[in-house]
Amino acid sequence: MGRSHRPGPRRQGREGSSSHPSGDRVLVLPGEEIPSQGLKPGPGTYRVGGKVYASVLGLLSPRPPFVQVVPLSGRYIPKPHDVVIGTVTDVQGTFWLLDIGAPRWAPLHMTGTPWPVEIGETEKFLRVGESVVVQVENLDPTGRIGVTMNGEGLGKLEGGSIVRISPARIPRVVGRGGSMIQTITQRTGAQVAVGQNGRIWVDGDPEAIHRVREALRMISEDGQRGGLTERVDSYLRSTTTSGDEGPHDPPREGAHRDAPEREFASAPPTEPDVDQDIPTDDPPEPGNN
Amino acid sequence: MGSVGAKDVPVLLSPEGLRIDGRRVDELRPIKIQAGALKHADGSAFVEWGANKVMAAVYGPREVHPRHLQQNTKAVIQCKYNMAAFSVDERKRPGLDRRSQEISKVIAEAFESVVFAEEFPRTSIDVYIEVLQANAGTRCAGLVAASVALADAGIPMADLLPAVAVGKAGGAIILDLKKEEDNFGEADLPMALVPQSGRLVLLQMEGHMTREELSKALDLGVKGCRDIYEVMKQALRDRYMVTPGQEGAA
Amino acid sequence: MSEEVTAEILTTHILDLAGKGKRLDGRAADEYRKITVEHGFVTTADGSALVRIGETAVLSGIKLEPGKPFPDTPNAGVLTTNAELIPLSSPVFEPGPPQPGAIEVSRVVDRAIRAAETIDLTRLCVTPGEKTWVCYVDIHVLDHGGNLIDAALLAALGALTHATVPAKRFGIAEADYPLEVLHLPVECTFVRLGETIMVDPTFDEERAAQGRLTIATDETGRIVAMQKGLVGAFSPEDIKAMVERAFAHGERMRAIAKGGNA
Repeated sequence: MGRSHRPGPRRQGREGSSSHPSGDRVLVLPGEEIPSQGLKPGPGTYRVGGKVYASVLGLLSPRPPFVQVVPLSGRYIPKPHDVVIGTVTDVQGTFWLLDIGAPRWAPLHMTGTPWPVEIGETEKFLRVGESVVVQVENLDPTGRIGVTMNGEGLGKLEGGSIVRISPARIPRVVGRGGSMIQTITQRTGAQVAVGQNGRIWVDGDPEAIHRVREALRMISEDGQRGGLTERVDSYLRSTTTSGDEGPHDPPREGAHRDAPEREFASAPPTEPDVDQDIPTDDPPEPGNN
Repeated sequence: MGSVGAKDVPVLLSPEGLRIDGRRVDELRPIKIQAGALKHADGSAFVEWGANKVMAAVYGPREVHPRHLQQNTKAVIQCKYNMAAFSVDERKRPGLDRRSQEISKVIAEAFESVVFAEEFPRTSIDVYIEVLQANAGTRCAGLVAASVALADAGIPMADLLPAVAVGKAGGAIILDLKKEEDNFGEADLPMALVPQSGRLVLLQMEGHMTREELSKALDLGVKGCRDIYEVMKQALRDRYMVTPGQEGAA
Repeated sequence: MSEEVTAEILTTHILDLAGKGKRLDGRAADEYRKITVEHGFVTTADGSALVRIGETAVLSGIKLEPGKPFPDTPNAGVLTTNAELIPLSSPVFEPGPPQPGAIEVSRVVDRAIRAAETIDLTRLCVTPGEKTWVCYVDIHVLDHGGNLIDAALLAALGALTHATVPAKRFGIAEADYPLEVLHLPVECTFVRLGETIMVDPTFDEERAAQGRLTIATDETGRIVAMQKGLVGAFSPEDIKAMVERAFAHGERMRAIAKGGNA
């Protein structure tokens, strides 16, 4: 069969060049050569012998001066400033361990909360199984993920429901400039907190929760076809009752203080961190990243 | 050729150069791969290769259990290859056996050669291979399934790992042994290729060969691997096909 | 790996919905997910079936081999059931020796097959006291989406009803012949969610459940096994109601195991 070829967009059904304007996405696989055109290898790529190759399955995404591959699958890989939803998986004397769907659990230190926690009293504030909205602060070279609950819109979650989808689908849930998530909240009257880690909290009356869950399922499973925005909008419209349109309702009476009062349409990924360790086939130098 | 004097030794190579199932010496058995066959694994693949049926699943990177296996600078890759009791003609007792342990080890090492494990220190990437139906070449089929599963799980690596077993029967070097060729042939050489570099990361041999035969076997195996590589890539593209009009958020 | 923690918010939501007779996936309390059976999935087995119930997938393979009968039952064949909850199927399973969950599935499936006299073990006897067929029922969970017991028995039944005794291969008879199946046990599993009892729990529903009851029935109207699991309680009235539902579901599942699909 010979050498591997560069894939073109599926609709053309033939090999195409990868030099597309940004906005036209090319699927690449690990080991496929990427024409770098002078761009530097960014996340999801590696360089060997002057050529650049993809290291993950994903969409080729040139972001001058870098070229990167945005993964289409896999666990959540934390980035600083991401807002995420986690569930407490362990409680220790001075911190809790959160399952945020990342390769490692994330420790939330007692000082990373606005609460007056004494050492050994952490259990009183958060128990195993409870869920929180936190923000990723830093990542150290050993893979430890630092998170904090100090900040606006962060806190403990109560009530409602939680949906899990692939983190790769979160940008579609948010939409360009937040358009999709706004459509969802406006048409249902639900409160929604979107975690970059693929966890989404929904609250509202039962019908609203159900409709949001269904809309999220559509985005998660059907999103590869074109016209997703129209389909979701059409579904939400067809099940709406009068009074749901317009700005979404303020938090219900008795909504818990710590619950977020607006959705967190975290900004879609932008430029890669220039200082981020760029994967090559050499081991990383100590001190990087 | 085979066991001299044994009954029922099949004719492995006809005078016309056809093998026991009608293939030529350099022909692969039919291969079908489905990426993302399972719902609950981080990545998965189901491979039907000749009469083999192999399922692979990847979980990770995730926290390491047991903790003492954790490595400070990279992810550990743990691989478990297992054959289901009903996957072979004579029922295999469930539980660890030495053959499966050896295969698990060489497959884990093959992946360690290509996975960028340094990106995930103190985690584990768990690869599970379950042979549901066996007909020779199960470690290669398992490796191929696991490789597709790793890509499906978004694990960063240098390349996919196509693999195939080359053998010797009827005096000829043959590609992709099936069961009778494995049982009655003179050599079995499974190998796995990194297409990007052209290097092998898995190589074993059972049986005997001359140097010329080995050279021919390596060439034939590498070519077979490149063909399998295309099937693997297509399986992933089929699962993740990108259609026009897909709005990126950025 | 440790058990993945299920968010309390989700289990609370599931219980709230159950209080109104609703479920996350929109099913009714007494509704199964989609069930499919694929017979003959594995040709190296003497009989096999791949069953899917919703997102759960279980494969069973039957192997028949000559062996020795047990000393205290010289005229009877041997039947042995083994279920593997392999780590491939779920993030919550670990590699290693069988966990209690696997052992429970094996034994509950085995009891149903035996009590229903699914196979006449005396028919498996070749030479009394010396030689008999050993029927191995091996069950592999491939994808764990909840309700493994029902799927496991359905897969085993699907495999048994389409199995061939390899008599010719082992030189015991002139020709292979179909394994005779006399009765058709199926299992029906319920969970208590608050005050509501629901059939065919998903993985998350099992996590939220306060008690689980499995009832096996056969086509003659007998109850052939029961097993209560998880932490919680059922009243005798609850149990009688579940038994009636189990018979109703059983009819449908038997038809699927033998050859149709839902």
